[in-house]
Amino acid sequence: MSDMAQPNRLPAGGAIEGRVDRNRPLAFTFDGKSYSGYAGDTLASALIAAGVKLIGRSFKYHRPRGIFSAGPEEPNALIELRGGARREPNTRATTIELYDGLEAASQNRWPSLAFDILAINQIASPLFVGGFYYKTFMWPASFWEKVYEPLIRRAAGLGRASESPDPDHYEKAYAFCDVLVVGSGPAGLAAALAAGRSGARVILCEDDAQLGGRLLSERQTIDDAPAHLFAAAAGGELRSLPNVCVMSRTQVFGAYDSEVYGALERVADHVTAPAAGVPRQRFWHIAAKRCVNAMGATERPIVFGGNDRPGVMLASAVRTYLNRFGVLPGRKAVVFTTNDDGWRTAADLVAAGAQVEAVVDPRASVDENLTKAAAAGGVRVLLGGYIVNVTGGARGVTSAIVSVAGKRQILTADLVAVSGGWNPQVALTTHRGGKPRWSDALSTFVPGDLPDGMTVAGAANGDLGLAESLRKGSEAGAAAAAACGFSAAPAPQPRAEDEPTAVAPLWHVAESRHKAFVDLQNDVTADDITLAHAEGFRSIEHLKRYTTLGMATDQGKTSNLNGHAMMAALTGQAMSDVGTILSRPPHQPVAIGAFAGHHRDRHFRPTRHTAGHAWALENGAVMVEAGPWLRPQYFPRSGEKDWLTTVVREVRTVRSVVGVCDVSTLGRIDIQGRDAAAFLDRVYVNTFSTLPVGKARYGVMLREDGFVMDDGTTSRFAEDHYVMSTTTANAAKIMQHLEFCHQALWPELDVSMVSVTEQWSQYAVAGPKARELLMQLYGPDVDLSNDALPYMGCREIPLRGIPTRLFRISFSGELAYELAVPARYGAAVLEALMALCGALGGCPYGTEAQSVMRIEKGHVAGNELNGQTVARDLGLGRMMSTKRDYIGRVMAGRPALMAPDRPTLVGIRPVEKGRRLTAGAHILPGGAAAVAANDQGYVTSVAYSPTCEGWIGLALVVNGPARHGERVHAFDAMRNNDQDVVICSPVFVDPEGVRLRG
Amino acid sequence: MLLILCPYCGPRAEIEFRCGGESHIERPGPYSEVDDGAWADYLFTRKNPKGEHRERWLHAAGCRQWFNVARDTVSHTILAVYPMGKTRPPTEAGT
Amino acid sequence: MSDVAASKGAEAARRGPFAGLNLDTRASGVTLADAGPCARFLLRGGGAAALAVGMALHLDMPREAYGCATDDAGRAMLWLGPDEWMLVAPEDDAAALTQKLDAALNDLAHALTDISHRNAGLIVRGPQVADAINAGCPLDLDIKAFPVGACTRTLLAKAEIVLWRIEADAFRIETTRSFAPYVVALLQQAARDQD
Repeated sequence: MSDMAQPNRLPAGGAIEGRVDRNRPLAFTFDGKSYSGYAGDTLASALIAAGVKLIGRSFKYHRPRGIFSAGPEEPNALIELRGGARREPNTRATTIELYDGLEAASQNRWPSLAFDILAINQIASPLFVGGFYYKTFMWPASFWEKVYEPLIRRAAGLGRASESPDPDHYEKAYAFCDVLVVGSGPAGLAAALAAGRSGARVILCEDDAQLGGRLLSERQTIDDAPAHLFAAAAGGELRSLPNVCVMSRTQVFGAYDSEVYGALERVADHVTAPAAGVPRQRFWHIAAKRCVNAMGATERPIVFGGNDRPGVMLASAVRTYLNRFGVLPGRKAVVFTTNDDGWRTAADLVAAGAQVEAVVDPRASVDENLTKAAAAGGVRVLLGGYIVNVTGGARGVTSAIVSVAGKRQILTADLVAVSGGWNPQVALTTHRGGKPRWSDALSTFVPGDLPDGMTVAGAANGDLGLAESLRKGSEAGAAAAAACGFSAAPAPQPRAEDEPTAVAPLWHVAESRHKAFVDLQNDVTADDITLAHAEGFRSIEHLKRYTTLGMATDQGKTSNLNGHAMMAALTGQAMSDVGTILSRPPHQPVAIGAFAGHHRDRHFRPTRHTAGHAWALENGAVMVEAGPWLRPQYFPRSGEKDWLTTVVREVRTVRSVVGVCDVSTLGRIDIQGRDAAAFLDRVYVNTFSTLPVGKARYGVMLREDGFVMDDGTTSRFAEDHYVMSTTTANAAKIMQHLEFCHQALWPELDVSMVSVTEQWSQYAVAGPKARELLMQLYGPDVDLSNDALPYMGCREIPLRGIPTRLFRISFSGELAYELAVPARYGAAVLEALMALCGALGGCPYGTEAQSVMRIEKGHVAGNELNGQTVARDLGLGRMMSTKRDYIGRVMAGRPALMAPDRPTLVGIRPVEKGRRLTAGAHILPGGAAAVAANDQGYVTSVAYSPTCEGWIGLALVVNGPARHGERVHAFDAMRNNDQDVVICSPVFVDPEGVRLRG
Repeated sequence: MLLILCPYCGPRAEIEFRCGGESHIERPGPYSEVDDGAWADYLFTRKNPKGEHRERWLHAAGCRQWFNVARDTVSHTILAVYPMGKTRPPTEAGT
Repeated sequence: MSDVAASKGAEAARRGPFAGLNLDTRASGVTLADAGPCARFLLRGGGAAALAVGMALHLDMPREAYGCATDDAGRAMLWLGPDEWMLVAPEDDAAALTQKLDAALNDLAHALTDISHRNAGLIVRGPQVADAINAGCPLDLDIKAFPVGACTRTLLAKAEIVLWRIEADAFRIETTRSFAPYVVALLQQAARDQD
């Protein structure tokens, strides 16, 4: 034909010319070679136009494969799209819209597509029969991981994924509507129009770039005009309605509980790279009150010898390539069909100027009109015939061998169009557990039980005729809208005809003696089905796992039914008894990136900063993650050789002068109400109703099973007003726990909780000069003496008009305060504090120094509050009230939790002075073997203590408090740090608490 | 995103909620008169039914209220929602 | 206060949650703006407390989900839960409000908590605003489903927010202070995705 670069492109102006935009030529490459196509092409149609038949090599046998379909069901024409970091393997050439500069490469071939060394696998094919994974490479066992599997994976793999990070981003979005219409074929368009005209909020999702579905592929008429014009007009009307959202390039891949649907919008897959800021894909959650499922049907192939050769194509796909794309997949065709629909392919091929050698139909008789029309086109009709084999190679089909009444004849052909009938797309109807129903009339499964809110219309429901699809679609759309409270006067039905669709079942041409493929993508043959049957893998679920039928990326869209029907024939079961594999979402592959959406990199988890964050950075803090927060870990100064030097300096400064630490991340919960005191008495092990106003108390909370959940200081500001503090990590959890206790357990209590963590910036001021520093801050009018604000006292004190709260509490063991100021003043107050602190010779300190000092004081923290300890284990048993009930009280009294030989908190010091301790080391009796039976506990926290001038640690040791002074072994094989240690009191510094009361 | 009917806010996305497990479990008391069996039941014994299950849910990123949900564990259908401390209201569907 | 802060005065010593953040979305359909400091109170209590507050402030207390009551003085009472409301008001109204509310609530079971500094308020505006928020928020933001004045606590991706539609094309988003950078970054990305 006319164009040398596109030899198979039908000429413009012919009876069939397609609807690509010939004014917009597009250049692309396949395996490095340049080609051209037109806007409106898919990669597949452009390759056909260019005369490329061989697209890839098959999975196991490396057989040459071409283009089999014209849609998302494609099992053969899988390619690697794009290069570099955007390389995407296993992409279906039939769904890729052609764009200028498109780069594609064949996959699973070496060294080249035309000459593939591993095609030798075809000769070794007995090794690759069904179940070969389980029996071929079993010996010697060690060879599997080291030799066989890597070898097979290289030989039988498909595309290569890019190893670079994905440069694109993916968006998530939520949408809501009254009626979701899935698919824009005749039924979908009719449904969307009916629902849209009624005023309902409608979302119409179409997988293709264009609306119309099969209307784009057929030469049918609606209202006496070509059907694609109807699709265009309907699309125009729908887009003009403000209540209708038309989403093309969007596949609905899953139906989920409570009428929520998952959809993937390919925003920028049809261009080289997304424009700046544009996501590649958008992942939609669509909540729809009603859904009209008009996903259409997929044509099924027939299993016969050589049915995988390049040039064997679904009959409906041939019509798509002719009528929509204006390309001719072959010049000399044989049509093999079991149903009336396939005959239209012969007619369209003739109209496009191709030669049709014969229509082969296994039925003994068909509608007279079909045979007459074929004869008029010069097409031989071979009724009662079968194709038993197709010959050819990498260059494509050369002939079809047809058997009619036992006689064979060879028909020269370069195209074999196949139709075994149509399978409704039942996937969405099964995602919530619905079982499809077998239809004898259609020889296929049709939707059975439907999920709530869904109706199915058109070919998806087995209604294959055009007029019927339009009518049923319209009814379904109107009914769905009516169910949401919208109605409109019914519009006149568009005029269309119902074409003949009679079908007789044929799954497999048993006469075939050549390799006949059931699953083209996974290379499962008819013989594999027979073998699975012979070896006892007869249920369809076993068949699937044993042969890998339907387990490829296409999930058996063109293979499952044939495979199951062949097994049914072998076992003598009816298809209605055999059933079908239940499909799960997604209906088509969805990139992991789309599921992740923005939840990656910096958006993966919010990073929370305190008001003092900027100050910390300006002052050289090294930051550390503390739950979702970033906190200063330490503040290195020039000349300090490592973090330990810095931390030692910070600890010494606090213990000898003063230091300031940002503790804003601790959870703070405002608790108010007449029953606040009673409430706290029920959630803490110790009593808070007796706490005087203006005082703070350390409290321990248990889980109901008796283990320690959290600890912290709670202060009383009024009879009915407390402020609780929690650990940083548990802030949200404790808030939820308190809400649960109030709402579910004791709703009668008058108490309410508000999280005020972020209302306040809070700074610990610790060290002998802490009071002096604060007196300078507050000025001479404020009395901070021991009498005015004693240890464990708290007061609200205005600071130049700013309301502040000052707590005399100490985590470090020094004379210490915590100063809380409203967060917007946090940065300024921190600056002021630090200026004063510096002038006194103090310094800021971070979480490391804080941790060292709490270990020196034997205060427990996260390492000890690890969900496995009870209050007694931590030396806090005496806090537990014996007079009343509280959460965890009864269960904490279980004998095993009361046992004296439970691991209990102690301090440890290395025997060898100066030796480093490691947390996680297990405690063994001196000289005992390092076996679990001798385990007596473990080291929870360690630190280098500048105050003790050596390493110290906290440990949980069996019968610990009775063993102070005993020498035991700390076993740490993980870090090769075995050593003897001495058990001691966990309080290493100021055991009498003189300093903090100073 | 499943939709859960909050009795206070109406249908909302599942990600706003937390499931608190089986509902209608009374905390035993007074503590001095309850035996170990009752505590074990309270803490550890759950019905895990096939079919209707009554659960408590928290609309954590919404009205912060705990409430009861009667849910079918097979079909995931929510059969009824009702406030804490109330009994399951009858529906057309059944119990 | 020390010389450093005192020289600036209390007003200048404040630093908002969006300080140092660039709020430019570089998108045509959605813009972000700092709502600025304001007085915020969280009221928890029963019907009696709500009634008393409504009478004291001459506000028709919202009793149902999504409800919000506003007045000419710039006060807004947002329903957050059956026993929880957020009161937003101009900052200089705080002292007067506290006095009024304390007097009105007096002996009634309630909790009134100042959260002025806890929250960060962001105004998100533009023709694509609902689509941008829907990139992280699982609510139906159609003007019929979520009309002007509607408000609720919800999620924006992984941040808890209070979403309040102040105009057809504008929302106020309240989040806790430390989530401000996350919320801004997410909305900037979502805004660009809509262009």
